[in-house]
Amino acid sequence: MSNFTPAEIYKELLEEAISQGEARKEKTRVLVGTATCGVAAGALKIKEDFLREIESKNLSDDVDVFEVGCIGHCYAEPLAIIAKPGHPAICYGRLDDGLVHRLVEDFLVADDPSYEYAMAALERNDVFPTFEDFPRGIYEKKLILEQCGFIDARDVNSYLAREGYSGLAKALVEKPEWVLEEIKAANLRGRGGAGFPAGLKWEACIKSKGDAIYVICNADEGDPGAFMDRSILESDPHLVIEGMILCAYTVGAQKGYLYIRAEYPRAVTHVQEALEQARMKGLLGNSILGTDFNFDLEIFQGSGAFVCGEATALVNSMEGKMGMPESRPPRLAQKGYRGKPTVLNNVKTFAYVPLIIRNGADWFKETGTPESPGTAVFSLVGKVVNTGLVEVPMGTTLRQLIYDVGDGLPNDREFKAVQIGGPSGGCLPESALDVPIDFDSLQDAGAIMGSGGLVVMDEDDCMVSVARYFLEFTQHESCGKCTFCRLGTKHMLDILTDITKGKGDGDSLALLEELAEDVRDGSLCNLGRTAPNPVLTTLKYFRDEYIAHIEEGRCPALACRDLILYYIEPPKCSKLCNVCVGSCPTEAIFTRDDGLKEIDQEKCVKCDNCLKACPGEYNAVVKISPPVLPPEKVRVAK
Amino acid sequence: MQLIEGEKDQILAIVGEVLKNSPKQREDLIPLLQKVQAKLGYLPALAMEKIADGLNIPAADVYGLATFYNQFRLNPPGKHQVKVCLGTACYMVGGDITLESFERRMEIKEGETSPDRLYSLERVACVGCCTMAPVAVVDEEVEGKVTPTRVDGIMLALQDEEKKNEKELKSNQEEGEDA
Repeated sequence: MSNFTPAEIYKELLEEAISQGEARKEKTRVLVGTATCGVAAGALKIKEDFLREIESKNLSDDVDVFEVGCIGHCYAEPLAIIAKPGHPAICYGRLDDGLVHRLVEDFLVADDPSYEYAMAALERNDVFPTFEDFPRGIYEKKLILEQCGFIDARDVNSYLAREGYSGLAKALVEKPEWVLEEIKAANLRGRGGAGFPAGLKWEACIKSKGDAIYVICNADEGDPGAFMDRSILESDPHLVIEGMILCAYTVGAQKGYLYIRAEYPRAVTHVQEALEQARMKGLLGNSILGTDFNFDLEIFQGSGAFVCGEATALVNSMEGKMGMPESRPPRLAQKGYRGKPTVLNNVKTFAYVPLIIRNGADWFKETGTPESPGTAVFSLVGKVVNTGLVEVPMGTTLRQLIYDVGDGLPNDREFKAVQIGGPSGGCLPESALDVPIDFDSLQDAGAIMGSGGLVVMDEDDCMVSVARYFLEFTQHESCGKCTFCRLGTKHMLDILTDITKGKGDGDSLALLEELAEDVRDGSLCNLGRTAPNPVLTTLKYFRDEYIAHIEEGRCPALACRDLILYYIEPPKCSKLCNVCVGSCPTEAIFTRDDGLKEIDQEKCVKCDNCLKACPGEYNAVVKISPPVLPPEKVRVAK
Repeated sequence: MQLIEGEKDQILAIVGEVLKNSPKQREDLIPLLQKVQAKLGYLPALAMEKIADGLNIPAADVYGLATFYNQFRLNPPGKHQVKVCLGTACYMVGGDITLESFERRMEIKEGETSPDRLYSLERVACVGCCTMAPVAVVDEEVEGKVTPTRVDGIMLALQDEEKKNEKELKSNQEEGEDA
């Protein structure tokens, strides 16, 4: 034990961090969003561009360029924030080398913030609106994403300076029971999808009185189309680490693991660095903040298996086995990693913990609904204008989320469905849009909160094909332990594939439903139990689409490639334009003797290229379903 | 996949080195496989056998694990690696068509490597830039809005690069011969 109290040690760390932060603020800072999504959009090149331009203007001593995490406005990547003393910090989107050149010249050299290119300011000011002033601002409430994209993920001081680890300092002078009571009072429900109260999980672990207790963070995000956990780990790793330390203090653990997908190399690097820095500051390792509490964390790189999101499968894979689930009980709280009591929570669940301890359970319950307090984090993708990471209070309706936060659908398309919860979730139609987002309401509607993927679909998306896509995923990811999951999903997939090819028959739907129920009831873990959800919900809400496929061989959304053909309308085709001919990858389009273009159906691979290529003033290429040319359109001789 | 000249010795050396420097409990198996794959780019059958020997477990267990998890690949990566995203957003705008176009141009199927080891093709779950869908990652560069025509363009660029390399190699060799 040290002679200083945790509060005193913490105060020293905080002051050091703040003074470093203040020193940095005297210079101009350029913060480039370089989470994986930003990098994909070219953020690293933008960073290089900034460095080069700054050097060419001899500003290298006056301007620092930092990498920050995900700013959340994916639709406008690559993004950067410029904080110049004397101006509010301003975020710029859709950057390219030209714009970088411009900003360096006009803002960094001269003093003109170029508001015409600005997206928003980050702090309230008299000259330019902030993100909160966006229409979506009234619906959004950022708790765990608050600092993502605004702090330097690779510098512990950046987190400390914003009261980071103050929850830990506060908790260490209290008894572990106090932390537990606080988490229970906050009614923090697990964000992994099922919504089991975290406090009860921790309590069960304490009660089982094993000699070693492990704390594991599940960052094995496997849902294709969801990336919140990755963004949090990349952008604000210390928030999760602090949450895990608090959990360890509560349950009496000395060792913990972050199970992170190996496909997330940036997250692994950032967490690794964060762990080292936390150890150096005495926030992790032996005698944390001068107390006799010891706890250390390690990263385990998961190898990519969707089923490892299931607690028992995850533990098996950490033990070097195939990630197959076991029947429960015993729960992990009794017999987990290496046979010892184990707490396993999702990244987001741990991320809420420091905030609850810092601000109190009552503060947390101010947001959200009584049964599901707090916020929900979604990656909003698909046919929606503002794609990106969003955090809204529980209880927000889907309509608000899609139309107000996401700004509706692009290109005036008609809304058809929203898919929530990834492969385990369901597709909800227009009529369900007023369902509030919380664990229980979504379940009643047939979807689940799940991992937080939220995909918006419009009239061009075929529901049968979407159901088939998700089932193909779960079928491939089924570990094979339970017969119904292994074979049932395969059989369902075959039926769905037949339907999308127009080979379904009258019995297909009944058989599909029967199998769906069997798979749900006959599987051990949630992968199998929820795998039929996309099929069951689409059957429930979009049955007419299935019937059109089966009875008429027609795909109403004109999406199933076996049920459509491409056709060039002669009256609309311009004889002088050759764009479609050039766009065809299989040379299926030819010029007829009369100069009009025609598609050789034998050669056509239905790639949609010609339809996209045909200039808007003609729009001569159309899709026809069922794939039979009406007699008047068939030409006798080529 | 056939091993190329000198590859066998390289595999033995790397596996031996990794085994020497790592703990050899069953729970170390996944990290071991990850280390070997990081060095070799894939898990050849020979490497899996040697790892099984090192840990004193049946080779079938190692193979089972390597095929269970998506991260491990049994084919060598091509000189040019193409990964086509088939996350939900990409699938909805025709990611499968993109994948098919690459298959057609490379004359291999998804998950395979061309016999000359120039190209390999994979599908990935979600790259995380859904706004640019459909997306493909070509040699670590993310390409957005990859239509079949763009696929042709990408493949042409890669082939062009190869031709140039070949030419340079040849002229270098000739210079060497002259000297």
